[in-house]
Amino acid sequence: MEERDLICVTCPVGCNLTAVLEGDELIEVRGGGCRRGEAFAREEVTDPRRMLATTVRVAGGDGPLVPVRSAEPLPKALLLPAAGLLRRVVLKAPVPLHQVVVPDLLGSGIDIITSRAMPAAQGPRD
Amino acid sequence: MKSLNCDVLVIGSGPAGLAAAASARETGAESVLVLERNRELGGILPQCIHTGFGVRVFGSDLTGPEYAQRWVERAANAGVELVTGTMVLEIKPKLSVLATSPRGGLLELHAEAIVLAMGCRERPRGALAIPGSRPAGVYTAGTAQRLVNIEGYLPGENVVILGSGDIGMIMARRMTLEGAHVAAMLEIQPYVSGLRRNLVQCVRDYDIPLYTETTVVEVRGQDRVQEIVAARVDAAWQPVAGSEWTIPCDTLLLSVGLIPENELSRQVGIELDRRTSGPLVDQHYQTSIPGIFAAGNVVHVYDLVDDVSEAAVEAGRAAANWAAGELLTPDGYLQVEAGANVHHVVPQRVGHRSDGAPAKLACRVQRPIEQTARIAVRDGNQVLAQRRLRYARPSEMLDIEVPARQLDEARGSARLIVDVTCPERGQ
Amino acid sequence: MIPTYDIVVIGAGVVGCLVARALSRYQLKVLLIEKHADVGEGTTKANTAIMHAGYDAAPGTLKASLNVAGNAMYDQVCGELDVDLSRCGTHVVGLRAADLNTLEDLYERGRRNGVPGLELIDGDEMRRREPAVTPECVGALYASTGGIVDPFQLCYAAAENAITNGVRLWLETEALGFEREGSLVRGVRTSRGMVAARWVVIAAGLWADELMAQLGEHDLAITPRRGQYLLLDKRAGEMVRGVLFPCPTPISKGIVVTRTIHGNLMLGPNAEHVTDKRELATTAEGLCEVMSGAQSLVPALDPRDVIRTFAGLRASGNTGDFVIERLPAAQNVVALGGIESPGLTAAPAMAERVVDLLREAGLALQERRDCQSIRHSIPRFAELTNEQRQALIERDPRYGNVVCRCEMVTEGEIVAACHAPVPARTYDALKRRTRVGSGRCQGGFDTPLVLEIMSRELGVPPTELTKKGDGSRMVARRTKDVPA
Repeated sequence: MEERDLICVTCPVGCNLTAVLEGDELIEVRGGGCRRGEAFAREEVTDPRRMLATTVRVAGGDGPLVPVRSAEPLPKALLLPAAGLLRRVVLKAPVPLHQVVVPDLLGSGIDIITSRAMPAAQGPRD
Repeated sequence: MKSLNCDVLVIGSGPAGLAAAASARETGAESVLVLERNRELGGILPQCIHTGFGVRVFGSDLTGPEYAQRWVERAANAGVELVTGTMVLEIKPKLSVLATSPRGGLLELHAEAIVLAMGCRERPRGALAIPGSRPAGVYTAGTAQRLVNIEGYLPGENVVILGSGDIGMIMARRMTLEGAHVAAMLEIQPYVSGLRRNLVQCVRDYDIPLYTETTVVEVRGQDRVQEIVAARVDAAWQPVAGSEWTIPCDTLLLSVGLIPENELSRQVGIELDRRTSGPLVDQHYQTSIPGIFAAGNVVHVYDLVDDVSEAAVEAGRAAANWAAGELLTPDGYLQVEAGANVHHVVPQRVGHRSDGAPAKLACRVQRPIEQTARIAVRDGNQVLAQRRLRYARPSEMLDIEVPARQLDEARGSARLIVDVTCPERGQ
Repeated sequence: MIPTYDIVVIGAGVVGCLVARALSRYQLKVLLIEKHADVGEGTTKANTAIMHAGYDAAPGTLKASLNVAGNAMYDQVCGELDVDLSRCGTHVVGLRAADLNTLEDLYERGRRNGVPGLELIDGDEMRRREPAVTPECVGALYASTGGIVDPFQLCYAAAENAITNGVRLWLETEALGFEREGSLVRGVRTSRGMVAARWVVIAAGLWADELMAQLGEHDLAITPRRGQYLLLDKRAGEMVRGVLFPCPTPISKGIVVTRTIHGNLMLGPNAEHVTDKRELATTAEGLCEVMSGAQSLVPALDPRDVIRTFAGLRASGNTGDFVIERLPAAQNVVALGGIESPGLTAAPAMAERVVDLLREAGLALQERRDCQSIRHSIPRFAELTNEQRQALIERDPRYGNVVCRCEMVTEGEIVAACHAPVPARTYDALKRRTRVGSGRCQGGFDTPLVLEIMSRELGVPPTELTKKGDGSRMVARRTKDVPA
């Protein structure tokens, strides 16, 4: 039997949870203040997920980078590989808001999209 | 020198400025103008590429840029004039403002009402007097965030972060995602000073060692940071002799406090609150100078941008009403004070409201209470409003509403006091 | 063909730059060499920035005579070089009865040194002039000729003027040794190769003794004495109008509370012997000592007003006085050594003395007809009237783009500093010239903007920009580049 300490991030309370596991099976969740805590603990011990936010390069844009994010939370294990992959992406300006930068990232079924528009360079400023 | 008139002038286009401006126009102000010093709109939001914005206001978990875009659209659609690349130099008497920009040079603006939304700055190394050498590689976390996300430069490869505020934790994750190594995060208090979700998603997720009750006692390195000396601290934040150890690194990021940016406020003579370093405001966010309002981090530092927008909407509404001559000056104020375990309260004074709406007070506690707590507003010994809290943490702003009826009843006495107590502990 | 000069001046601190400027009046080929990446990077940029009246030094010493002479020259020099100077007067504050005797001694000494405008006042008068002074003050010595200046500004302005008049400046060039022929020096061996020279001036601050030792036995040994400083917000600057000294000790003028020429308040220095001539770190104990020393003069000082701390090293000589002489074993070399306080004040007079020594030694001095003694600084937007600002922006729109909010420094000033006669090539060099990053946010807002501007103006990627030369790179790489 294993006990794992977690902090729930579903809401700002951040309850201290203890997930009790028997092998791979979650048998109990202690310490939650609401039902969402159990759902969070279940996901966290079986398939933890996180939003990814980073930037990618833009060629010919008003700025050198455009921020991007995952459309939904990604499997936690994909975050660092995704960041590495995205480091090599270069988009060509103009780039619209919510453009899909990488569809189905690393087989997750989740797209990486831009979180802002980046217009083409205006020429020398001022 | 060019001269312009408008009804409501907003200084800053961050979440507070945009919301105040949109709200002012929606309330009916004829001309609303926003001045932003950066090349683009959004204030600090363009560099806050992480999610966590707008859960309440838009029902969506957005990034900073997306949150900014929603408000830019709302302001633009409402008919607000948004001007970038323009720095306000001075607020002069009678609500006139001197600004400058490369296009057109100096600009004098005359407004019927002004909303201050300049946000805050970060506490630098010098203010902490961290001893040691003065090499390259020491940055505040926000400056590093801008470099990484906007200009596109990584400040260093091997990072120590001092301070566990939200910006520090966000940058711990950000630097790691861009291939840097975050060797440690040090926090002088016994608990993390930012949100717990950031502790999970920015520090623990990346196995970054976090040392509480620890600080940096020396920076070393002739040209570039080479290592820092960390030390445990006692309850009085004094380093414990013999507890020092070195951490090799090439970068020290500081996330040790935000200070509301009130240089303009000071220069024009607005009364400031020593505890917040922001203006004294009433429930309309009007400062001590009639016609000048303030909203957002310039008043006191918020943790959720949604709360900023909400307060700014009220400030914008009140500014528009003032410009139209429709905001009544109260015939008296109740002073609002910080009571037990409360660091500060905003607004610092509340006037009688004719529209029957409650007064909403926001505060922060000094010490955390990790069990059921109670926030109460009293007038002398009489409790006017109270509510139960699951917990109370310095990192999370608390609010409480006092119904208008209660305010009316309290008018005889001069002050309201906000306490946060732990009944179970007999406090 | 190795480069050949009439005179090589070693060291571009305030003394070396004023010497170079003085020499630039004449038809001479002058080379000024400096081992750091900028002028004034040694003691010049980290001292108390005070123009002393001259009552401290023992009568009959060079310290005394050159202090008084230099002080009298400051208005003209600063006027010609467009350098800010405030002759606000200085006070030595007495805190106990015994101090009153010290104050009288200083007064007497000052009189003997020929210092004008000295006055002994009582505690009440002191507090009337400076309300923030401690109630324990029993009296003070007022010196009306004392004042405050920006020592880097003076050094840099002198260097610019010298260059305008034909002096060559080689930065990042260290003097390693000399090529000699009998009792004469024929050349200076530098980190950039050999330079032939007919005359040499050693103005190398902390390292003067090491260079002098290469040219024969000399009594002078320089010990670095570190002094730590606290710089307070301009808001605190309003607390004190001028300069407050405690009563001096045998080794130091003590921990001073002074308004700076820029409007900040500066506290310091303490005095500690260190062994390394690069030991510029601050320490917790030292900073504490400075704050409490300062608070004994001005009790209301608040540590929360501190925006920056730093340290400087005094080039403390062991001979009891300045050494300014032609070297016995090298007849064509004039060396300045042990230039600690009042070196800054004495500097203009020292420069003249060096010229005199060279003349006496046989250097022919023919005046240049085209010599310009007037130098203008880059306009400072923050200090201009609105009319002047508008005219400036119309001439160059970059003066309308404020980059450093705290000190109101514009892009136009930064661009000008990147292309000035002694161009800023590092962040710190830019900071000293324009005040960018010197305010209460200490570069928090301006740094990313400044990096872009410097990169553009210097034609160098931001990843190669440094804080202060050598390995002090500001950023490691572009965000998306793979780490090296």
